[in-house]
Amino acid sequence: MRWTLDLRTVVVVLLLVALVLLPVYVELTGSRFLLTLFTRIVILALAAVSLNLILGYGGMMSFGHAAYLGIGGYAVGMLAFEGITSGFVQWPVALLASALFALVIGALSLRTRGVYFIMITLAFAQMAYYIVAGLARYGGDDGLTIQKRSQFFPPLNLSNKIQFYYICLALLFASIYLVWRLVNSRFGMAVQGARSNDTRMRAIGFPTYRYKLICFVIAGTLCGLAGALLANHTDFVSPAMMYWTRSGDLIVMVVLGGMGSIFGPLFGAVALLVLEEVLSGITEYWQIILGPLLLLVVLFARGGIDGLLGKVGQKVNHG
Amino acid sequence: MTLFIEQCLNGLQFGLLLFLLAAGLTLVFGIMDLVNLAHGSLYMLGAYFAATFAAWTGSFVLGAILALAATLLVGMAVEVIAMRRLYGRDHLDHVLATFGLILFFDELVRLIWGAGGMSLPLPSWLNTSVRILPGVDYSAYKLSIIVVSLAVAVFLYILVMRTRLGMLIRAGASNREMIGALGVNIKLLFTLVFGLGAALAGLAGLMQAPILTVQIGMGENILILAFVITVIGGIGSIRGAFVAAIMVGFIDTLGRAYFTDLLRLAFTKETAATAAPALSSMLIYLLMAIVLVIRPEGLFPAGSK
Repeated sequence: MRWTLDLRTVVVVLLLVALVLLPVYVELTGSRFLLTLFTRIVILALAAVSLNLILGYGGMMSFGHAAYLGIGGYAVGMLAFEGITSGFVQWPVALLASALFALVIGALSLRTRGVYFIMITLAFAQMAYYIVAGLARYGGDDGLTIQKRSQFFPPLNLSNKIQFYYICLALLFASIYLVWRLVNSRFGMAVQGARSNDTRMRAIGFPTYRYKLICFVIAGTLCGLAGALLANHTDFVSPAMMYWTRSGDLIVMVVLGGMGSIFGPLFGAVALLVLEEVLSGITEYWQIILGPLLLLVVLFARGGIDGLLGKVGQKVNHG
Repeated sequence: MTLFIEQCLNGLQFGLLLFLLAAGLTLVFGIMDLVNLAHGSLYMLGAYFAATFAAWTGSFVLGAILALAATLLVGMAVEVIAMRRLYGRDHLDHVLATFGLILFFDELVRLIWGAGGMSLPLPSWLNTSVRILPGVDYSAYKLSIIVVSLAVAVFLYILVMRTRLGMLIRAGASNREMIGALGVNIKLLFTLVFGLGAALAGLAGLMQAPILTVQIGMGENILILAFVITVIGGIGSIRGAFVAAIMVGFIDTLGRAYFTDLLRLAFTKETAATAAPALSSMLIYLLMAIVLVIRPEGLFPAGSK
């Protein structure tokens, strides 16, 4: 077998190594800020990975994915508020609540397609937002401070920033692996088949509605996990974490990184959040740059970063 | 009873306002097959323009007319610069690109007008109440919103169903390539339609401006409602948008006003008081869910005219 230098693989390996070694760098330089930023990036990358499963592979253009961030986060926040701080209760509840919400929303939304699907998932997520904002007991609009992070058995301590970073990173890698396995399984093939041609898949006997619904629930559950992590990361939950612009951010990450590629969402999350940091360092009005930049990506770089790497890699190999 | 009539009128007023917004959205979707999230930004711009121009000219009406023209121009400029390149692309591309536009416009407004928000004071001749029925007074301004919106709805109906431009618009909605092949300047037509949608959104924004404060992000909440309406009514159908907008306006307004009392019949006072705000904001989404279960394409699917 001829070994060729695949640019994409090189970048992926470098990125993963950098993520694993980041805490070492932070220890050496004492830059706590970098650790906080990258914990956030890793958590949102996990959310983006889950969105990519339905958006990239399933062709389901959900515009309400941030709802699960909020639901997962609020499950942790509310339980902590009621005095239940055990992670063994909080996290399963967070996952279960997200799965249940995804099941109901998915069952209704998947009856429709195209633009209807986009708008309906958006509307349901907003509904969840308003419900949470109306919960006066849990802070309503102002949100809820979490006094104590999720408790697990002794060596595991989520309040230790470096440990927490590694937990998030491990969960991110695990979910990337899970998505990879799923996508390459019979189930994943059926879902991707339904994306390309739903009618034909049904004609050859696949109940595509059920396949898509299960896929939708898996993605929602994974994103609920990201929500539980995010709540532990910020020690705070508020309705803002499920506002629809957050769903937009997640879509941007997936598309920017490269839809329907395994590492795309990770590229996208890192690129978008680092870009935000850089731009907001340049000007207070950084979104005035980011907005048109998005437009340009849509117009001229459809495959996102992953596609770009593939193209450049090919050029290097052939030319 | 007086209060109930007033709330019904409020519902009608809000519904008509939502119709203006949803009509632009559904028009643009029906004809150009374009999902425009930035529609709410045009609504916001309408309000900011009106507040600014009214302060410059010292006249509410003059300010409103100038603001309307300005949003029309902005809309047409947006179409020429950005939207034109998105026709025929994937809907996800539309969502992303217009999401970028929202970020851009929000920040632009912050840059120009500051983060503080503005207010648009009403002239004294509108800031009164009118006796509409014996013993029932109603805000003259809200009444004028109802009148203007109804007039616009009639105007839209005549424009789309009875004029040559409307004929081209309808033809464009059913087969774009064909009317292009027949020698109609499609590019110009699309720019006009987008501008019209923008002006409708701007009109809704500037009419809402004296009631609410003019602020960044004001277009985003109402945009979601407009989406719900287009989904309920059937995307691309102006008639559907009208019916759904009135329904949503009524349910939202009356739900907020009476849901607490309604819940109190079944639950304790406290449960009702805490659950009502959350539940009443759920009502319209519930309506949407029910409509979708029965008719996944909305009440008036655009295809089956």
